[in-house]
Amino acid sequence: MKYETFGDRLFGAANIVFLTLITFVVIYPLFFVLIASVSDPAAVLNGEVWLYPKGVHFTAYERILKQDEVMNGYWNTIVYTITGTAVNILMTVLAAYPLSLGRFAGRGVITAFMVFTMFFSGGLIPTYLLVKQLGMVDTIWAMIIPGAVSVYNIIIMRTFFQTGIPKEVQEAAHMDGCNDFQLLRKIVLPLSMPIIAVMVLLYSVGHWNSYFSALIYLSDRGMYPLQLFLRELLVQNQTLETIAYFNEDLTKRMMEAEAIKYAAVIVANLPVLLLYPFLQKYFAKGMLVGAIKG
Amino acid sequence: MQQLAEEGKRAIPLKKSRSNRALRRLRQDWRLYVLISPVIVYFIVFHYVPMYGIQIAFKHFIAVEGITGSPWAGFDHFRRFFNSYYFWRLLRNTLGISLYELAVSFPVPIILALMLNELRRELFKRFIQTVTYAPHFLSTVVIVGMMGLFLSPGGGLVNHVLQWFGIAPISFMTEPGWFKSIFVWSGVWQQMGWGSIIYLAALSGVDPQQHEAAIMDGASRMQRVLHVNIPAILPTVVILLILNMGSVMSVGFEKVYLMQNPKNIEASDVISTYVYQTGILGSQYSYAAAISLFNSVINFVLLVGVNAVARRVNETSLW
Repeated sequence: MKYETFGDRLFGAANIVFLTLITFVVIYPLFFVLIASVSDPAAVLNGEVWLYPKGVHFTAYERILKQDEVMNGYWNTIVYTITGTAVNILMTVLAAYPLSLGRFAGRGVITAFMVFTMFFSGGLIPTYLLVKQLGMVDTIWAMIIPGAVSVYNIIIMRTFFQTGIPKEVQEAAHMDGCNDFQLLRKIVLPLSMPIIAVMVLLYSVGHWNSYFSALIYLSDRGMYPLQLFLRELLVQNQTLETIAYFNEDLTKRMMEAEAIKYAAVIVANLPVLLLYPFLQKYFAKGMLVGAIKG
Repeated sequence: MQQLAEEGKRAIPLKKSRSNRALRRLRQDWRLYVLISPVIVYFIVFHYVPMYGIQIAFKHFIAVEGITGSPWAGFDHFRRFFNSYYFWRLLRNTLGISLYELAVSFPVPIILALMLNELRRELFKRFIQTVTYAPHFLSTVVIVGMMGLFLSPGGGLVNHVLQWFGIAPISFMTEPGWFKSIFVWSGVWQQMGWGSIIYLAALSGVDPQQHEAAIMDGASRMQRVLHVNIPAILPTVVILLILNMGSVMSVGFEKVYLMQNPKNIEASDVISTYVYQTGILGSQYSYAAAISLFNSVINFVLLVGVNAVARRVNETSLW
């Protein structure tokens, strides 16, 4: 920059230093979990692990992967996430497409009808009693149907349909005798892949991470998602049975339990961590579209 | 085709009533209504039926009679709640955590976005964004689990650092005094990057000519941030502030509940966890619904109120 004064350069430098510091603060805990999960638990507890793992071994991972209950929870989470996200995307498209069309009579009323639920709801108890009455308790439906669509995401997708897809293309197709079903399937959806990728990311992370619906609607341990087992392990400090079985020594057992927690954090987030780099370029762009115009 | 048809209809000087026209549109666009109908059914069943079910708060709920069949109780449950030992503690904790959170978590993403916007190197900027967005994707269970690991008095990372400075280990998770700060600052750690996206979007809409003009007038970078960038994002800030005010009374159940333990309960007992305890675990459906209704009504009133103030002062509002 030509016009930069000394003060401006100082401002720029301070800015860079500060942002670097913030980035470090965010990334270090994540990095630490990773190195702690493969380190000797004793070294971690004594504060000897800082920048690289010490006494590398994968015992903690082995212990988790051998735990049938946790693995079953993993599987349940995968099922809930895939089914749930599919329903979410379907419902979001079904709502967003009609609402994006100017000629759709009643769009104002229907939008208001949906948006109102963002600000006022029946609350926990009536919703719980309803789900119970519908016989969804202890079924996969309790995990999927009550949160089938998010108003916020409908608005983002509607905005994308309005601004991201050329009106001319839609009108031309209409002229050629394309009805709305065909238009949606053959023109709108293929052009909407970036926003659908963003929605898949947002919805699936939501399902992957959710534990509240499971907490209130599921009592059968065989149906528990991963997050409920993580809660027992990480928050309620329940150690895996296998550890108690193999080790009589109490301190060693406790240390291993700590190591397993670090490994559990990694295992639980593995899919998200693996998908993140691929989807990242989509969500920045897709979110911006929705954020500016929504 | 459609346009032609419409023009043809207009050419015939027939007085069509409004309802008639609506009916015609409905027949023409029936496919659109077919598409949206499952979503409308969903909203009626899972959002409006529970709203109708709120009446349980004014009834003595009897399971076999159902919500509508149970006898009325008037304001009994509300009175019982206002007079209960827990009322002030719940209100103090809920409002305390929430206002603390609003004061800290609201401005941080704005500052972060302003700072990121000043970065000249695109690659560096993208790296920081990628890193700061990442914690948003961790589950609450994992976040609270990590807090337990890092803050543990025996062998936690934070206490190791404190020891270097000769400070005795602190049992952060079980001391009521620490609860609010841990809750709020871990939230900042997790959400600041994600929260900054919307402000960055607003900043990207700033006309570069404004900056050029300011440079011509001899404005420093700091002055341009203050007088060009901040005014540019103000409408976005106001909208998000209104939305946040509408949830002042709803401290996120998930995280508080996970962080709660018998030792910090006096600081961590909030309305949403109490509703869960008495309602779902204790099966006192009517009483819990009354508490949660009290909560939502205050939220709703705050939202409407703040929106009205914002519309008058700033000409920016939700509706």
